[in-house]
Amino acid sequence: MPAIEVSNLQRAFSDEVLAVAGIDLHVDEGEIYAFLGPNGAGKTTTVRMLTTLLRPTGGSATVAGHDVVAEPAAVRAAIGVALQEAALDPLMTGRELIRMQATLHGIPRAEGQQRADDLLRRVGLTEAGDRRVGTYSGGMKRRLDLASSLVHEPRVLFLDEPTTGLDPVSRKSIWGEVEALNREGTTVFLTTQYLEEADQLADRVGIISNGRIVAEGTPASLKAEVGKPRMELVLATGDPDKCMEVLGRFGDPLPPRDGTLMIEVSAGVAAIAPVVRALDEAGLLVESLDVVEPTLDDVFVAKTGQHLEGAEAPAEPETGESEAVAG
Amino acid sequence: MRTIAVVTELGRRSVRQTFRRPQLIAPLVIIPTLLLAVQAAGAGRAIDLPGFPPVESFFDFLLAGAMIQAALLAGNSGGIALAIDIEMGFTDRLLAAPIPRFAIVAGRLAGTAAMGATTAVWFLALGLIFGVRIEEGLLGALLMIVLVTLAALAFGTLGAALALRSGSASVVQGTFPLVFVILFLSTAFFPADLLLEPAQTIARINPLSFIAEAVRDPVISVFSGPELLEGLAGIVLIGGIGLALCSLALRRRLRLG
Repeated sequence: MPAIEVSNLQRAFSDEVLAVAGIDLHVDEGEIYAFLGPNGAGKTTTVRMLTTLLRPTGGSATVAGHDVVAEPAAVRAAIGVALQEAALDPLMTGRELIRMQATLHGIPRAEGQQRADDLLRRVGLTEAGDRRVGTYSGGMKRRLDLASSLVHEPRVLFLDEPTTGLDPVSRKSIWGEVEALNREGTTVFLTTQYLEEADQLADRVGIISNGRIVAEGTPASLKAEVGKPRMELVLATGDPDKCMEVLGRFGDPLPPRDGTLMIEVSAGVAAIAPVVRALDEAGLLVESLDVVEPTLDDVFVAKTGQHLEGAEAPAEPETGESEAVAG
Repeated sequence: MRTIAVVTELGRRSVRQTFRRPQLIAPLVIIPTLLLAVQAAGAGRAIDLPGFPPVESFFDFLLAGAMIQAALLAGNSGGIALAIDIEMGFTDRLLAAPIPRFAIVAGRLAGTAAMGATTAVWFLALGLIFGVRIEEGLLGALLMIVLVTLAALAFGTLGAALALRSGSASVVQGTFPLVFVILFLSTAFFPADLLLEPAQTIARINPLSFIAEAVRDPVISVFSGPELLEGLAGIVLIGGIGLALCSLALRRRLRLG
Protein backbone atom coordinates (compact mmCIF):
# COMPACT_ATOMS: atom_id res chain seq x y z
CA MET A 1 0.00 0.00 0.00
CA PRO A 2 1.43 3.41 -0.92
CA ALA A 3 1.94 5.89 1.92
CA ILE A 4 0.57 8.70 -0.22
CA GLU A 5 -1.45 8.40 -3.41
CA VAL A 6 -2.65 11.55 -5.13
CA SER A 7 -4.67 11.81 -8.31
CA ASN A 8 -5.37 15.07 -10.15
CA LEU A 9 -5.43 16.98 -6.84
CA GLN A 10 -6.55 20.57 -7.21
CA ARG A 11 -7.17 23.59 -5.05
CA ALA A 12 -8.68 26.78 -6.37
CA PHE A 13 -9.12 29.83 -4.17
CA SER A 14 -11.19 31.69 -6.71
CA ASP A 15 -11.93 31.49 -10.41
CA GLU A 16 -8.60 33.16 -11.08
CA VAL A 17 -6.34 31.59 -8.47
CA LEU A 18 -5.56 27.91 -8.96
CA ALA A 19 -2.88 27.21 -6.36
CA VAL A 20 -2.64 23.49 -7.16
CA ALA A 21 -3.61 22.71 -10.72
CA GLY A 22 -4.02 18.94 -10.76
CA ILE A 23 -1.10 16.94 -9.45
CA ASP A 24 -0.48 13.19 -9.34
CA LEU A 25 1.80 11.67 -6.74
CA HIS A 26 2.74 8.26 -5.48
CA VAL A 27 4.93 7.92 -2.40
CA ASP A 28 5.88 4.45 -1.19
CA GLU A 29 6.12 3.40 2.45
CA GLY A 30 9.56 4.19 3.83
CA GLU A 31 10.43 6.76 1.19
CA ILE A 32 11.65 10.31 1.66
CA TYR A 33 9.86 12.38 -0.96
CA ALA A 34 10.84 16.01 -1.43
CA PHE A 35 8.57 18.56 -3.01
CA LEU A 36 10.87 21.16 -4.48
CA GLY A 37 9.78 24.52 -5.77
CA PRO A 38 10.00 28.27 -5.30
CA ASN A 39 7.80 30.28 -2.95
CA GLY A 40 4.20 30.28 -4.10
CA ALA A 41 4.56 27.19 -6.30
CA GLY A 42 1.85 25.26 -4.43
CA LYS A 43 3.94 23.21 -2.01
CA THR A 44 2.27 24.32 1.20
CA THR A 45 -1.22 24.18 -0.29
CA THR A 46 -0.54 20.56 -1.26
CA VAL A 47 0.71 19.71 2.23
CA ARG A 48 -2.32 21.39 3.80
CA MET A 49 -4.62 19.28 1.65
CA LEU A 50 -2.74 16.07 2.43
CA THR A 51 -2.83 16.83 6.15
CA THR A 52 -6.61 17.57 6.02
CA LEU A 53 -6.18 21.24 6.90
CA LEU A 54 -7.54 22.33 3.54
CA ARG A 55 -10.26 20.70 1.47
CA PRO A 56 -9.31 19.97 -2.14
CA THR A 57 -11.53 21.47 -4.82
CA GLY A 58 -10.78 18.61 -7.19
CA GLY A 59 -9.14 15.22 -7.48
CA SER A 60 -8.46 12.77 -4.69
CA ALA A 61 -5.75 11.83 -2.21
CA THR A 62 -5.15 9.04 0.25
CA VAL A 63 -2.61 9.13 3.06
CA ALA A 64 -1.72 5.95 4.94
CA GLY A 65 -4.57 4.29 3.07
CA HIS A 66 -7.23 6.80 4.14
CA ASP A 67 -9.02 9.31 1.96
CA VAL A 68 -8.23 12.86 3.08
CA VAL A 69 -11.81 14.04 2.50
CA ALA A 70 -13.84 11.00 3.54
CA GLU A 71 -11.68 9.82 6.47
CA PRO A 72 -9.88 12.89 7.80
CA ALA A 73 -9.75 11.63 11.41
CA ALA A 74 -8.01 8.40 10.35
CA VAL A 75 -5.52 10.43 8.29
CA ARG A 76 -4.78 12.71 11.26
CA ALA A 77 -4.20 9.73 13.53
CA ALA A 78 -1.64 8.29 11.10
CA ILE A 79 0.37 11.41 10.32
CA GLY A 80 2.78 13.74 12.03
CA VAL A 81 2.89 17.34 10.88
CA ALA A 82 5.52 20.03 11.35
CA LEU A 83 4.28 23.09 9.56
CA GLN A 84 6.23 26.01 8.13
CA GLU A 85 7.38 28.60 10.68
CA ALA A 86 7.06 26.15 13.60
CA ALA A 87 3.65 26.98 15.06
CA LEU A 88 4.68 26.89 18.69
CA ASP A 89 3.24 28.74 21.66
CA PRO A 90 6.10 30.84 23.03
CA LEU A 91 4.52 30.75 26.50
CA MET A 92 4.58 26.96 26.80
CA THR A 93 7.63 24.97 27.77
CA GLY A 94 8.95 22.34 25.39
CA ARG A 95 7.86 19.57 27.74
CA GLU A 96 4.34 21.02 28.09
CA LEU A 97 3.99 21.16 24.31
CA ILE A 98 4.93 17.52 23.78
CA ARG A 99 2.72 16.41 26.67
CA MET A 100 -0.18 18.35 25.17
CA GLN A 101 0.47 16.78 21.78
CA ALA A 102 0.42 13.34 23.45
CA THR A 103 -2.99 14.08 24.97
CA LEU A 104 -4.30 15.22 21.58
CA HIS A 105 -3.34 11.80 20.26
CA GLY A 106 -5.03 9.94 23.10
CA ILE A 107 -1.86 8.89 24.88
CA PRO A 108 -2.36 8.47 28.65
CA ARG A 109 -0.74 11.13 30.84
CA ALA A 110 2.01 8.98 32.36
CA GLU A 111 2.99 7.58 28.99
CA GLY A 112 2.88 11.07 27.49
CA GLN A 113 5.30 12.23 30.16
CA GLN A 114 7.65 9.37 29.35
CA ARG A 115 7.48 10.08 25.62
CA ALA A 116 8.12 13.77 26.24
CA ASP A 117 11.30 12.86 28.13
CA ASP A 118 12.39 10.45 25.37
CA LEU A 119 11.69 12.86 22.53
CA LEU A 120 13.36 15.81 24.24
CA ARG A 121 16.42 13.63 24.71
CA ARG A 122 16.26 12.49 21.10
CA VAL A 123 16.34 16.05 19.72
CA GLY A 124 18.86 17.27 22.28
CA LEU A 125 16.49 19.50 24.25
CA THR A 126 16.48 17.76 27.63
CA GLU A 127 18.15 20.72 29.33
CA ALA A 128 15.84 23.23 27.66
CA GLY A 129 12.69 21.14 28.10
CA ASP A 130 11.38 23.17 31.01
CA ARG A 131 12.17 26.54 29.48
CA ARG A 132 9.54 28.53 27.64
CA VAL A 133 9.64 28.08 23.87
CA GLY A 134 9.91 31.84 23.45
CA THR A 135 13.50 31.60 24.70
CA TYR A 136 14.50 28.96 22.10
CA SER A 137 16.61 29.63 19.00
CA GLY A 138 15.15 28.96 15.54
CA GLY A 139 16.91 25.60 15.33
CA MET A 140 15.68 24.54 18.77
CA LYS A 141 12.12 25.46 17.82
CA ARG A 142 12.30 23.34 14.67
CA ARG A 143 13.71 20.41 16.64
CA LEU A 144 10.94 20.75 19.21
CA ASP A 145 8.33 20.95 16.46
CA LEU A 146 9.79 17.80 14.93
CA ALA A 147 9.78 16.04 18.32
CA SER A 148 6.17 17.00 18.99
CA SER A 149 5.10 15.64 15.61
CA LEU A 150 6.61 12.25 16.53
CA VAL A 151 4.86 11.73 19.85
CA HIS A 152 2.34 9.21 18.45
CA GLU A 153 4.91 7.47 16.21
CA PRO A 154 3.27 8.49 12.92
CA ARG A 155 3.49 6.35 9.80
CA VAL A 156 3.83 9.37 7.55
CA LEU A 157 5.59 12.56 8.54
CA PHE A 158 4.91 15.85 6.75
CA LEU A 159 7.57 18.51 7.07
CA ASP A 160 6.79 21.86 5.46
CA GLU A 161 10.04 23.67 4.76
CA PRO A 162 11.67 22.24 7.89
CA THR A 163 14.92 24.15 7.58
CA THR A 164 13.90 27.47 6.02
CA GLY A 165 15.71 30.28 7.78
CA LEU A 166 18.02 27.99 9.77
CA ASP A 167 21.80 28.28 9.91
CA PRO A 168 23.83 25.47 8.25
CA VAL A 169 24.57 23.68 11.54
CA SER A 170 20.90 23.58 12.58
CA ARG A 171 19.97 22.52 9.06
CA LYS A 172 22.37 19.59 9.18
CA SER A 173 21.02 18.60 12.58
CA ILE A 174 17.44 18.46 11.22
CA TRP A 175 18.62 16.51 8.18
CA GLY A 176 20.30 13.98 10.44
CA GLU A 177 17.13 13.53 12.45
CA VAL A 178 14.99 13.12 9.31
CA GLU A 179 17.38 10.48 7.96
CA ALA A 180 17.33 8.65 11.30
CA LEU A 181 13.53 8.65 11.36
CA ASN A 182 13.41 7.33 7.84
CA ARG A 183 15.83 4.53 8.74
CA GLU A 184 13.36 3.59 11.48
CA GLY A 185 10.66 3.18 8.83
CA THR A 186 8.84 6.51 8.81
CA THR A 187 7.73 7.79 5.42
CA VAL A 188 8.71 11.44 5.06
CA PHE A 189 7.09 13.98 2.75
CA LEU A 190 8.93 17.27 2.90
CA THR A 191 8.68 20.51 1.01
CA THR A 192 11.70 22.63 0.40
CA GLN A 193 13.02 25.44 -1.69
CA TYR A 194 16.61 24.34 -1.08
CA LEU A 195 18.23 22.29 -3.84
CA GLU A 196 20.81 20.84 -1.51
CA GLU A 197 18.15 19.66 0.92
CA ALA A 198 16.22 17.79 -1.75
CA ASP A 199 19.42 16.40 -3.26
CA GLN A 200 20.83 15.24 0.07
CA LEU A 201 17.72 13.86 1.76
CA ALA A 202 15.25 12.66 -0.82
CA ASP A 203 14.87 9.26 -2.41
CA ARG A 204 12.69 10.97 -4.97
CA VAL A 205 12.00 14.58 -5.83
CA GLY A 206 8.94 16.20 -7.32
CA ILE A 207 9.58 19.61 -8.84
CA ILE A 208 6.55 21.87 -8.66
CA SER A 209 6.01 25.12 -10.48
CA ASN A 210 2.81 27.14 -10.73
CA GLY A 211 0.79 24.37 -9.09
CA ARG A 212 1.94 21.60 -11.42
CA ILE A 213 4.59 18.91 -11.09
CA VAL A 214 7.01 19.57 -13.93
CA ALA A 215 9.50 16.78 -13.18
CA GLU A 216 9.73 13.80 -10.87
CA GLY A 217 12.31 11.12 -10.17
CA THR A 218 15.39 10.33 -8.14
CA PRO A 219 17.82 13.27 -7.91
CA ALA A 220 20.31 11.30 -10.04
CA SER A 221 17.79 10.42 -12.75
CA LEU A 222 16.49 13.99 -12.92
CA LYS A 223 19.98 15.37 -13.30
CA ALA A 224 20.86 12.73 -15.89
CA GLU A 225 17.82 13.85 -17.89
CA VAL A 226 19.18 17.33 -18.42
CA GLY A 227 22.66 16.41 -19.58
CA LYS A 228 26.14 15.12 -18.83
CA PRO A 229 28.68 16.71 -16.48
CA ARG A 230 30.45 19.64 -18.09
CA MET A 231 34.04 20.80 -17.89
CA GLU A 232 34.49 24.53 -17.33
CA LEU A 233 37.88 25.99 -18.11
CA VAL A 234 39.44 29.46 -17.99
CA LEU A 235 42.69 30.01 -19.89
CA ALA A 236 45.52 31.99 -18.32
CA THR A 237 47.27 32.49 -21.66
CA GLY A 238 46.81 31.07 -25.15
CA ASP A 239 44.37 30.98 -28.02
CA PRO A 240 40.81 30.02 -27.01
CA ASP A 241 40.11 28.55 -30.46
CA LYS A 242 43.15 26.34 -30.20
CA CYS A 243 42.04 25.35 -26.72
CA MET A 244 38.55 24.40 -27.95
CA GLU A 245 40.21 22.31 -30.65
CA VAL A 246 42.03 20.34 -27.95
CA LEU A 247 38.97 20.12 -25.69
CA GLY A 248 36.85 18.91 -28.59
CA ARG A 249 38.75 15.63 -28.48
CA PHE A 250 37.27 14.90 -25.05
CA GLY A 251 33.63 15.91 -25.43
CA ASP A 252 31.02 17.93 -27.26
CA PRO A 253 31.71 21.67 -27.10
CA LEU A 254 29.21 23.98 -25.38
CA PRO A 255 28.86 27.73 -26.03
CA PRO A 256 31.41 29.72 -23.96
CA ARG A 257 30.10 31.96 -21.16
CA ASP A 258 31.95 35.06 -19.85
CA GLY A 259 35.34 33.78 -21.04
CA THR A 260 34.73 30.30 -19.64
CA LEU A 261 35.16 27.52 -22.19
CA MET A 262 32.91 24.50 -21.75
CA ILE A 263 32.53 20.96 -23.03
CA GLU A 264 30.29 18.07 -22.04
CA VAL A 265 32.31 15.24 -20.52
CA SER A 266 30.69 11.82 -20.12
CA ALA A 267 33.63 10.61 -18.04
CA GLY A 268 33.14 13.33 -15.43
CA VAL A 269 36.13 14.03 -13.17
CA ALA A 270 38.06 11.14 -14.79
CA ALA A 271 38.50 13.39 -17.84
CA ILE A 272 40.52 15.98 -15.91
CA ALA A 273 43.94 14.30 -16.07
CA PRO A 274 44.00 13.57 -19.85
CA VAL A 275 42.62 17.05 -20.63
CA VAL A 276 45.32 18.74 -18.53
CA ARG A 277 48.03 16.67 -20.22
CA ALA A 278 46.71 17.52 -23.71
CA LEU A 279 46.51 21.24 -22.92
CA ASP A 280 50.04 21.15 -21.51
CA GLU A 281 51.34 19.48 -24.64
CA ALA A 282 49.60 22.17 -26.74
CA GLY A 283 51.35 24.88 -24.70
CA LEU A 284 48.13 26.27 -23.20
CA LEU A 285 48.26 27.58 -19.63
CA VAL A 286 45.10 27.03 -17.59
CA GLU A 287 43.93 29.43 -14.85
CA SER A 288 41.09 27.24 -13.58
CA LEU A 289 39.42 23.99 -14.49
CA ASP A 290 36.38 22.36 -12.96
CA VAL A 291 33.98 19.53 -13.70
CA VAL A 292 30.43 20.54 -12.85
CA GLU A 293 27.70 17.96 -12.35
CA PRO A 294 24.16 18.96 -13.39
CA THR A 295 22.13 20.23 -10.44
CA LEU A 296 18.44 20.14 -9.67
CA ASP A 297 18.49 23.81 -10.59
CA ASP A 298 19.54 22.77 -14.10
CA VAL A 299 16.53 20.44 -14.10
CA PHE A 300 14.31 23.29 -12.95
CA VAL A 301 15.72 25.57 -15.66
CA ALA A 302 15.22 22.88 -18.29
CA LYS A 303 11.61 22.37 -17.24
CA THR A 304 10.50 25.91 -16.46
CA GLY A 305 12.99 28.21 -18.13
CA GLN A 306 13.94 29.91 -14.88
CA HIS A 307 16.31 29.25 -12.01
CA LEU A 308 14.85 27.77 -8.84
CA GLU A 309 16.79 29.90 -6.41
CA GLY A 310 15.43 33.37 -6.53
CA ALA A 311 12.47 32.23 -8.61
CA GLU A 312 9.13 33.55 -7.43
CA ALA A 313 5.96 31.98 -8.70
CA PRO A 314 2.80 34.10 -8.59
CA ALA A 315 2.06 34.46 -4.89
CA GLU A 316 -0.18 31.87 -3.28
CA PRO A 317 -2.90 33.21 -1.04
CA GLU A 318 -2.15 33.81 2.63
CA THR A 319 -3.27 31.35 5.28
CA GLY A 320 -6.21 31.84 7.54
CA GLU A 321 -7.58 35.31 7.65
CA SER A 322 -8.55 35.97 4.07
CA GLU A 323 -10.97 34.16 1.85
CA ALA A 324 -8.14 32.40 0.14
CA VAL A 325 -6.06 30.17 2.26
CA ALA A 326 -2.64 28.66 2.52
CA GLY A 327 0.01 28.07 0.09
CA MET B 1 -13.47 10.25 27.90
CA ARG B 2 -10.73 11.14 25.43
CA THR B 3 -12.52 14.33 24.36
CA ILE B 4 -12.84 15.33 28.03
CA ALA B 5 -9.10 14.77 28.48
CA VAL B 6 -8.40 16.93 25.41
CA VAL B 7 -10.73 19.74 26.55
CA THR B 8 -9.17 19.61 30.03
CA GLU B 9 -5.66 19.79 28.59
CA LEU B 10 -6.53 22.69 26.30
CA GLY B 11 -8.35 24.44 29.15
CA ARG B 12 -5.29 24.02 31.35
CA ARG B 13 -3.11 25.48 28.62
CA SER B 14 -5.54 28.38 28.24
CA VAL B 15 -5.34 29.23 31.95
CA ARG B 16 -1.53 28.93 31.95
CA GLN B 17 -1.38 31.17 28.90
CA THR B 18 -3.53 33.81 30.59
CA PHE B 19 -1.38 33.84 33.71
CA ARG B 20 1.84 33.95 31.66
CA ARG B 21 0.70 36.83 29.44
CA PRO B 22 0.27 39.94 31.60
CA GLN B 23 -1.79 41.75 28.97
CA LEU B 24 -4.42 38.99 29.26
CA ILE B 25 -4.61 38.67 33.04
CA ALA B 26 -4.28 42.36 33.96
CA PRO B 27 -7.59 43.57 32.51
CA LEU B 28 -9.52 40.79 34.24
CA VAL B 29 -8.49 41.84 37.70
CA ILE B 30 -6.97 45.30 37.68
CA ILE B 31 -9.56 47.24 35.65
CA PRO B 32 -12.67 45.94 37.49
CA THR B 33 -10.91 46.34 40.86
CA LEU B 34 -9.93 49.93 40.11
CA LEU B 35 -13.39 50.78 38.82
CA LEU B 36 -14.93 49.19 41.90
CA ALA B 37 -12.66 51.21 44.18
CA VAL B 38 -13.21 54.50 42.36
CA GLN B 39 -16.98 54.12 42.13
CA ALA B 40 -17.42 52.85 45.68
CA ALA B 41 -15.30 55.65 47.09
CA GLY B 42 -16.49 58.45 44.81
CA ALA B 43 -20.19 57.73 44.54
CA GLY B 44 -20.83 56.00 47.83
CA ARG B 45 -23.70 58.33 48.73
CA ALA B 46 -25.67 57.14 45.74
CA ILE B 47 -27.36 54.62 48.02
CA ASP B 48 -29.15 57.55 49.73
CA LEU B 49 -30.98 58.40 46.50
CA PRO B 50 -34.70 57.71 46.57
CA GLY B 51 -35.41 54.45 44.72
CA PHE B 52 -32.03 52.89 45.45
CA PRO B 53 -32.45 49.31 46.71
CA PRO B 54 -31.80 48.84 50.42
CA VAL B 55 -28.12 47.93 50.74
CA GLU B 56 -25.50 48.29 53.47
CA SER B 57 -23.11 50.15 51.17
CA PHE B 58 -22.58 51.08 47.53
CA PHE B 59 -19.70 48.57 47.56
CA ASP B 60 -22.25 45.80 48.29
CA PHE B 61 -24.24 46.88 45.26
CA LEU B 62 -21.23 47.27 42.96
CA LEU B 63 -19.62 43.93 43.78
CA ALA B 64 -21.86 42.01 41.35
CA GLY B 65 -21.13 44.63 38.66
CA ALA B 66 -17.38 44.20 39.11
CA MET B 67 -17.78 40.43 38.86
CA ILE B 68 -19.83 40.66 35.67
CA GLN B 69 -17.32 43.12 34.25
CA ALA B 70 -14.49 40.67 35.01
CA ALA B 71 -16.50 37.85 33.41
CA LEU B 72 -17.04 39.95 30.28
CA LEU B 73 -13.35 40.79 30.12
CA ALA B 74 -12.48 37.11 30.62
CA GLY B 75 -14.62 36.35 27.56
CA ASN B 76 -12.86 39.10 25.63
CA SER B 77 -9.41 37.92 26.75
CA GLY B 78 -10.27 34.34 25.78
CA GLY B 79 -11.22 35.58 22.33
CA ILE B 80 -7.96 37.52 22.01
CA ALA B 81 -5.95 34.46 23.05
CA LEU B 82 -7.78 32.27 20.51
CA ALA B 83 -7.14 34.84 17.79
CA ILE B 84 -3.44 34.88 18.73
CA ASP B 85 -3.43 31.08 18.35
CA ILE B 86 -4.95 31.43 14.89
CA GLU B 87 -2.51 34.18 13.91
CA MET B 88 0.57 32.21 14.96
CA GLY B 89 -0.66 28.97 13.38
CA PHE B 90 -1.10 27.13 16.67
CA THR B 91 -4.70 26.31 15.76
CA ASP B 92 -3.38 24.40 12.72
CA ARG B 93 -1.45 22.18 15.12
CA LEU B 94 -4.74 21.37 16.88
CA LEU B 95 -6.65 20.96 13.62
CA ALA B 96 -4.05 18.47 12.38
CA ALA B 97 -4.65 16.27 15.44
CA PRO B 98 -7.32 13.55 15.60
CA ILE B 99 -9.67 15.45 17.91
CA PRO B 100 -13.21 16.76 17.41
CA ARG B 101 -13.16 20.31 16.02
CA PHE B 102 -15.43 21.67 18.74
CA ALA B 103 -12.90 20.51 21.36
CA ILE B 104 -10.59 23.32 20.24
CA VAL B 105 -13.25 25.92 21.09
CA ALA B 106 -14.44 24.00 24.15
CA GLY B 107 -10.89 23.91 25.54
CA ARG B 108 -10.60 27.67 25.17
CA LEU B 109 -14.02 28.16 26.79
CA ALA B 110 -13.06 25.86 29.67
CA GLY B 111 -10.10 28.15 30.31
CA THR B 112 -12.32 31.23 30.10
CA ALA B 113 -14.76 29.69 32.60
CA ALA B 114 -11.89 28.89 34.94
CA MET B 115 -10.73 32.50 34.72
CA GLY B 116 -14.31 33.60 35.46
CA ALA B 117 -14.33 31.44 38.60
CA THR B 118 -10.94 32.80 39.63
CA THR B 119 -12.05 36.41 39.31
CA ALA B 120 -15.29 35.62 41.19
CA VAL B 121 -13.24 34.27 44.09
CA TRP B 122 -10.99 37.34 43.94
CA PHE B 123 -13.90 39.78 44.17
CA LEU B 124 -15.63 37.78 46.88
CA ALA B 125 -12.41 37.87 48.90
CA LEU B 126 -12.09 41.59 48.23
CA GLY B 127 -15.69 42.12 49.29
CA LEU B 128 -15.22 40.17 52.50
CA ILE B 129 -12.06 42.16 53.30
CA PHE B 130 -13.98 45.42 52.82
CA GLY B 131 -16.90 44.34 54.96
CA VAL B 132 -19.42 43.07 52.43
CA ARG B 133 -21.88 40.76 54.14
CA ILE B 134 -23.37 38.05 51.96
CA GLU B 135 -26.93 37.66 53.15
CA GLU B 136 -27.23 34.11 51.82
CA GLY B 137 -23.96 33.01 53.46
CA LEU B 138 -21.66 30.34 52.06
CA LEU B 139 -24.28 28.89 49.72
CA GLY B 140 -24.92 32.36 48.37
CA ALA B 141 -21.19 32.86 47.77
CA LEU B 142 -20.97 29.54 45.95
CA LEU B 143 -24.00 30.47 43.84
CA MET B 144 -22.31 33.76 42.90
CA ILE B 145 -19.15 31.89 41.82
CA VAL B 146 -21.17 29.46 39.72
CA LEU B 147 -23.14 32.26 38.05
CA VAL B 148 -20.03 34.30 37.25
CA THR B 149 -18.31 31.19 35.90
CA LEU B 150 -21.28 30.45 33.64
CA ALA B 151 -21.45 34.10 32.60
CA ALA B 152 -17.76 34.06 31.65
CA LEU B 153 -18.40 30.90 29.64
CA ALA B 154 -21.29 32.59 27.81
CA PHE B 155 -19.30 35.78 27.13
CA GLY B 156 -16.41 33.57 26.05
CA THR B 157 -18.51 32.12 23.24
CA LEU B 158 -18.92 35.62 21.78
CA GLY B 159 -15.17 36.31 22.03
CA ALA B 160 -14.40 32.93 20.46
CA ALA B 161 -16.89 33.50 17.64
CA LEU B 162 -15.30 36.85 16.82
CA ALA B 163 -11.82 35.32 16.96
CA LEU B 164 -12.80 32.45 14.67
CA ARG B 165 -14.51 34.79 12.22
CA SER B 166 -11.81 37.46 12.08
CA GLY B 167 -8.67 35.47 12.99
CA SER B 168 -7.28 38.76 14.24
CA ALA B 169 -6.34 39.55 17.84
CA SER B 170 -6.54 43.28 17.19
CA VAL B 171 -10.12 42.98 15.92
CA VAL B 172 -11.16 41.11 19.08
CA GLN B 173 -9.22 43.57 21.23
CA GLY B 174 -11.00 46.39 19.40
CA THR B 175 -14.29 45.30 20.98
CA PHE B 176 -12.87 45.99 24.46
CA PRO B 177 -14.56 49.42 24.81
CA LEU B 178 -17.89 47.82 23.93
CA VAL B 179 -17.66 45.89 27.19
CA PHE B 180 -18.02 49.16 29.06
CA VAL B 181 -20.83 50.48 26.88
CA ILE B 182 -22.84 47.28 27.37
CA LEU B 183 -22.10 47.28 31.10
CA PHE B 184 -23.15 50.87 31.65
CA LEU B 185 -26.36 50.18 29.74
CA SER B 186 -27.28 47.52 32.30
CA THR B 187 -27.99 47.45 36.02
CA ALA B 188 -24.47 46.23 36.78
CA PHE B 189 -23.44 49.54 38.36
CA PHE B 190 -26.68 51.41 38.93
CA PRO B 191 -30.33 50.48 39.52
CA ALA B 192 -32.57 50.73 36.44
CA ASP B 193 -35.02 53.02 38.27
CA LEU B 194 -32.35 55.71 38.61
CA LEU B 195 -31.17 55.62 34.97
CA LEU B 196 -32.37 58.18 32.42
CA GLU B 197 -34.12 57.19 29.22
CA PRO B 198 -33.27 55.55 26.88
CA ALA B 199 -30.64 53.90 29.09
CA GLN B 200 -33.36 52.77 31.51
CA THR B 201 -35.32 50.91 28.81
CA ILE B 202 -32.17 49.35 27.41
CA ALA B 203 -31.07 48.28 30.89
CA ARG B 204 -34.43 46.65 31.54
CA ILE B 205 -34.05 44.38 28.49
CA ASN B 206 -30.27 43.96 28.57
CA PRO B 207 -29.53 40.28 29.44
CA LEU B 208 -26.53 41.56 31.41
CA SER B 209 -28.92 43.23 33.84
CA PHE B 210 -30.62 39.91 34.59
CA ILE B 211 -27.28 38.22 35.13
CA ALA B 212 -26.04 41.07 37.35
CA GLU B 213 -29.23 40.98 39.43
CA ALA B 214 -28.92 37.21 39.87
CA VAL B 215 -25.30 37.56 41.03
CA ARG B 216 -26.20 40.48 43.30
CA ASP B 217 -29.22 38.79 44.86
CA PRO B 218 -27.33 36.61 47.38
CA VAL B 219 -25.45 39.71 48.62
CA ILE B 220 -28.26 42.15 49.20
CA SER B 221 -31.35 40.07 49.93
CA VAL B 222 -32.76 36.64 50.57
CA PHE B 223 -32.70 34.04 47.80
CA SER B 224 -35.11 34.73 44.95
CA GLY B 225 -35.96 31.93 42.53
CA PRO B 226 -37.28 34.16 39.73
CA GLU B 227 -34.16 36.38 39.77
CA LEU B 228 -31.93 33.32 39.58
CA LEU B 229 -33.95 31.89 36.70
CA GLU B 230 -33.86 35.22 34.86
CA GLY B 231 -30.10 35.36 35.34
CA LEU B 232 -29.68 31.83 34.04
CA ALA B 233 -31.95 32.65 31.10
CA GLY B 234 -29.71 35.62 30.28
CA ILE B 235 -26.65 33.37 30.38
CA VAL B 236 -28.33 30.74 28.20
CA LEU B 237 -29.45 33.39 25.71
CA ILE B 238 -25.98 34.92 25.35
CA GLY B 239 -24.27 31.52 25.37
CA GLY B 240 -26.72 30.14 22.82
CA ILE B 241 -26.16 33.04 20.44
CA GLY B 242 -22.41 32.81 20.99
CA LEU B 243 -22.30 29.07 20.35
CA ALA B 244 -24.33 29.43 17.16
CA LEU B 245 -21.96 32.15 15.94
CA CYS B 246 -18.96 30.01 16.96
CA SER B 247 -20.30 27.09 15.00
CA LEU B 248 -20.83 29.22 11.87
CA ALA B 249 -17.40 30.86 12.18
CA LEU B 250 -15.64 27.53 12.79
CA ARG B 251 -17.34 25.93 9.80
CA ARG B 252 -16.36 28.84 7.61
CA ARG B 253 -12.77 28.69 8.82
CA LEU B 254 -12.56 24.94 8.22
CA ARG B 255 -14.09 25.34 4.77
CA LEU B 256 -11.59 28.02 3.79
CA GLY B 257 -8.71 26.18 5.40
